[in-house]
Amino acid sequence: MQINKDKQTPGHTISVLVENRAGVLARISGLFSARGYNIDSLSVGTTDDPQISRMTIVVRGDEQVLEQVCKQLNKLIDVIKVVDYLETPHIERNLALIKVAADKATRSELIQICDIFRAKIVDVSVESIIIEMTGDNEKIGALAKMLRPFGIKEVCQTGVVAMARGAKGISIQEERKPA
Amino acid sequence: MKTKTKNKKEITKEDLGLGKELTGAQILVEALIKEGVSQIFGIPGGSLLPAFDALYGSKVKVVLTRHEQGAAHMADGYARATGKVGVCIATSGPGATNLVTGLATANMDSIPVVAITGQVATHLIGNDAFQEADATGVMRPVTKHNFMVKNIQDLPRVLQEAFYIARTGRPGPVHVDIPVDIQRAKLKFEWPDNINIRSYKPKLVGHPLQIQRAIDLIGKSEKPLLYVGGGAILSGAKDELVALSEKAGIPVVHTLMANGAFPFDHPNYVGIMGMHGRYSSNIATQNCDLLISCGARFDDRVTGSVKTFSRNSKKIHIDVDPSNIGKTVAVDVPVVGDLKTVLAKITENVKSSDHKTWRKQIQEWDNKHPFTIKASKGSLQPQFLIQEVHKLTHGEAVVATGVGQHQMWAMQWYPCKNPRQFLTSGGLGTMGYGFPAALGATFGVTDKPVVCFDGDGSFQMTMTELGTAVQEKKKVIIVVINNYYLGMVRQWQELFYKQRFSGSNLSYFKDENSHKVHPDLKKLDYIPDFIKIAHAYGLKAVRIYKDEEIAGALKKAMASDKTFLIEAMISPGEKVWPMVPAGASLDETIVDMA
Repeated sequence: MQINKDKQTPGHTISVLVENRAGVLARISGLFSARGYNIDSLSVGTTDDPQISRMTIVVRGDEQVLEQVCKQLNKLIDVIKVVDYLETPHIERNLALIKVAADKATRSELIQICDIFRAKIVDVSVESIIIEMTGDNEKIGALAKMLRPFGIKEVCQTGVVAMARGAKGISIQEERKPA
Repeated sequence: MKTKTKNKKEITKEDLGLGKELTGAQILVEALIKEGVSQIFGIPGGSLLPAFDALYGSKVKVVLTRHEQGAAHMADGYARATGKVGVCIATSGPGATNLVTGLATANMDSIPVVAITGQVATHLIGNDAFQEADATGVMRPVTKHNFMVKNIQDLPRVLQEAFYIARTGRPGPVHVDIPVDIQRAKLKFEWPDNINIRSYKPKLVGHPLQIQRAIDLIGKSEKPLLYVGGGAILSGAKDELVALSEKAGIPVVHTLMANGAFPFDHPNYVGIMGMHGRYSSNIATQNCDLLISCGARFDDRVTGSVKTFSRNSKKIHIDVDPSNIGKTVAVDVPVVGDLKTVLAKITENVKSSDHKTWRKQIQEWDNKHPFTIKASKGSLQPQFLIQEVHKLTHGEAVVATGVGQHQMWAMQWYPCKNPRQFLTSGGLGTMGYGFPAALGATFGVTDKPVVCFDGDGSFQMTMTELGTAVQEKKKVIIVVINNYYLGMVRQWQELFYKQRFSGSNLSYFKDENSHKVHPDLKKLDYIPDFIKIAHAYGLKAVRIYKDEEIAGALKKAMASDKTFLIEAMISPGEKVWPMVPAGASLDETIVDMA
């Protein structure tokens, strides 16, 4: 099981603010499949404004592909704003739940590893534990690497969410989005 | 609010149909009237009965088509010919799916169309109800935007937004799915005063800095070329194009979609470019030092090999849709904005010039390989036929085409004088587009003849709309160029697939040597007999075999007050020249192989 896939082109993180309407997710995912763009992860959630949802998309491709992705996203009527974090200092977080085989003999070692990574153990049974880990993909990948010898039974991830550092938020006011 | 009439009678809200309690179906009709829709093309059905009941006796005329694809093409043809939004309507399920080809056609060519579909009642959605299809799901990739109305409160706003989105920015088709219970539900009707879609604000004014950079590049260029696409017609930029071309002395080449965007009889006009374009246009494109793209999108049928396309030129790309810029070809100066506005600003400050040497050079290329009609081998020459129609109508008729060889001949031999004259499916290449589009155009065009050049293959896809033409008493001059083959497929099979005419023959007549031997066209068993088909609809028709018969047939067609069909029999060996093979460079234009 691979958590971090090694690919040649770098992944870009894009935040997309969209109208919270039926069919918006289908529009976005349809755009990616129709135009043949590769998506690594996509996560959706509401914002403080219930009418606006925020999607974080990690997409692979060179500069030209990324430019097209952003332009095509902007072209969708329900898309309010697209932000590419390529040149912006930002925080990325991904939450992973990892179920690992654990018995009397290995449990304490696993707890130690979790401590080092500041991961939480959220469930424990006779034969396994579930570890909750938050971080960027690299950190989660590093944890997974450490856990692999114990026997990973299941992995589940939320996908990346991202936010720019600093005081400035994404403003949708006075925004002139090209159609 | 006051009227401007003499007696200054107050217009009440009720006069405008506002404030009354109306059903969803009545709101639909009111919305159509408020949007200035005079007719709607379509077919009723179970989930549209309330809508059609409201249309009955209303100011909006219902044009009953014979197939929903025809309805979409008619709305599209009407929109292209008039610049207004065309509207079509279809019932749920098969009605909606039948619209798809027509809307995809409009979408690829950026044509403003609003499509209304009925839907099963909201409580049945998702239950696999009778005539249920996920219409918004099916339409999503082939429209500019679409809506499903699940709440009667949303209906007026959605309809207004649908028209607004369809006609603004880069235009396109918008689909509105209205469940039957929403059509029956009641609402106090209010029409929103203004539209504000926060996520949709088309950028129309070009960036001043980019415009200045464009002006500078044009000033420095010695061999500039205007490359004009369909956006020039959508934007209504003919005068601005002519002004720029004249002031800066820039010759003009254009795409299939832009036939008529720049008058063909202007001295700076070079001609059509691309796969079946003029030799001079293509060579000029390859040799210019500045290519100014005006509402064009560097389609593969235009560029040939992208790697070698106009490789020594700087490029200015003006487009209202930013996603077109840099999509296939890298540009030096991108200008996002409405072409008409941007061109006017460029012309204002551009350096006057005449580029005499460059224009003379292009003229020499054109003299070397002009479009030519080869001497007849006894059978009718399709190019000659189209040229005759051009002469007779002074290049001012509204011309619709199907897709295939006849479309390319029409493009080559019917250069247009004005925009909105040439209706053709350029992007999607939809066979069967021509006749319903021509018919749709007749609802907006009353002062010019409407001609449809079609192929026998293409025409058979939508000739069922003859019924609509007859019922509506509309006149289209249909010229079916019959070579009893899917001619363009046949041409490629002959040139690139060793004359293996797989699946392209439309008759009983099997002749693998038809590229060498010229069969006696009068003795062939054609399927169908188009003359009899015309007769079945009470229409007149003539079949012609020779160039000498063309003039007489056209005279009859022009004199007729009904739709008239001319069936022109041509040899299946006729080909479209010149040709740039798919994926080859524009330098590799094959002028003729025979």
